[in-house]
Amino acid sequence: MISLHLPERTWLHGLPAGGKLLALALVSLAVAPFDSLPVMAGLLAGTLALYVSLGRAALRQIALVRPMWPVFAILFAFHAWNGDVAFGLAVLARLLAMVLLANAVTMTTRMDAMMDAVEPILSPLRLVGVSPRAVALAVAMMIRFVPLLFALWEALNESHRARSGRRGGWRLLAPFCIQTLRMSHHTAEALAARGGAPGGTHR
Amino acid sequence: MKDRSLVQIALYAAIFAVLGLLPRFDIPFAAGVPITAQSMGAMLAGVMLGAWRGALAMVLMLFVVALGAPILAGGRGGLGVFFGPSVGFMFGFIAAAFVAGWIMQALRKAPVFPAALVAAAVGGILVMYAFGIVGMALNAKLSLLDATKASLIFIPGDAIKAVLTALIAQTVARGLPEALLSRAR
Repeated sequence: MISLHLPERTWLHGLPAGGKLLALALVSLAVAPFDSLPVMAGLLAGTLALYVSLGRAALRQIALVRPMWPVFAILFAFHAWNGDVAFGLAVLARLLAMVLLANAVTMTTRMDAMMDAVEPILSPLRLVGVSPRAVALAVAMMIRFVPLLFALWEALNESHRARSGRRGGWRLLAPFCIQTLRMSHHTAEALAARGGAPGGTHR
Repeated sequence: MKDRSLVQIALYAAIFAVLGLLPRFDIPFAAGVPITAQSMGAMLAGVMLGAWRGALAMVLMLFVVALGAPILAGGRGGLGVFFGPSVGFMFGFIAAAFVAGWIMQALRKAPVFPAALVAAAVGGILVMYAFGIVGMALNAKLSLLDATKASLIFIPGDAIKAVLTALIAQTVARGLPEALLSRAR
């Protein structure tokens, strides 16, 4: 599956994942009490400077926020309607800067490094009987399921088209669900046959 | 059935992702209304898995999003979405699945279609928007009323998704009854 991760190494790739996550959390807390446009514009400028320092590939990733534009437009429209354009701009600058900063962490941290970084946070789950390894297994299974489900949907779509000449669309949902559930049943059997989920009792 | 629960949780988290990634999801009579099929993922998880497993499927999905997978509608993902204006909806997914599953389990005696419709509508629309609207009001500094207005355009699409969810639940209940874990013994 594609990831948001940037293959080109930048200086930010070299920093430990835990440190980056902590820094992101601290920045988000630090800017929370401010609403003034100069502060937020400064934050946004700083964020853009960070992207510039990461190189051209990182700058291209700014396009990732494009799906958010309509929401940003609506939010700004409401603030403008209430007669507070500067405040609206400050709110947008904050949202945009924080989203970009968080994306910068995601872009420069591999998924497995991120997983390792959060594992200490997951270990208290042991107290309620959940093994962190079961979490890792669930993550791996989910990521593996996604392309499988796409393939299944495509197969159903193809056969529907062969029968009717049209795209299946929502009509495929029910057979799709039944087939996926059957597939998951086989997966569960295979998992049990290999000794079951880590840390689990096999009732 | 721990193995099975774990697999099902992963499966519904994956279904959620697929619903967001399907390029053009043909819901015929909703032209012009911005629709992501994704909130249906939360409805399905709750209705099919029950309260706890449904909520855990959404927690897993958000965890994978936070790890950096671009599986939200429009290829969004990564830590950025937790700082965006729709963060309330992110946590709303968990609550929506939980409430939908809880209602489904409470209405165990009722026929599947109406039970699933009520569960999907209350969990996937009422609860989800309560979270989403409060989140938007806090994060984008809008008044609750304005945040509600900004969210209303999505409701017609979500009503359709609740009906679809109920139809799927009914089909599965007929075709593969043991897969409806919210009703399993």
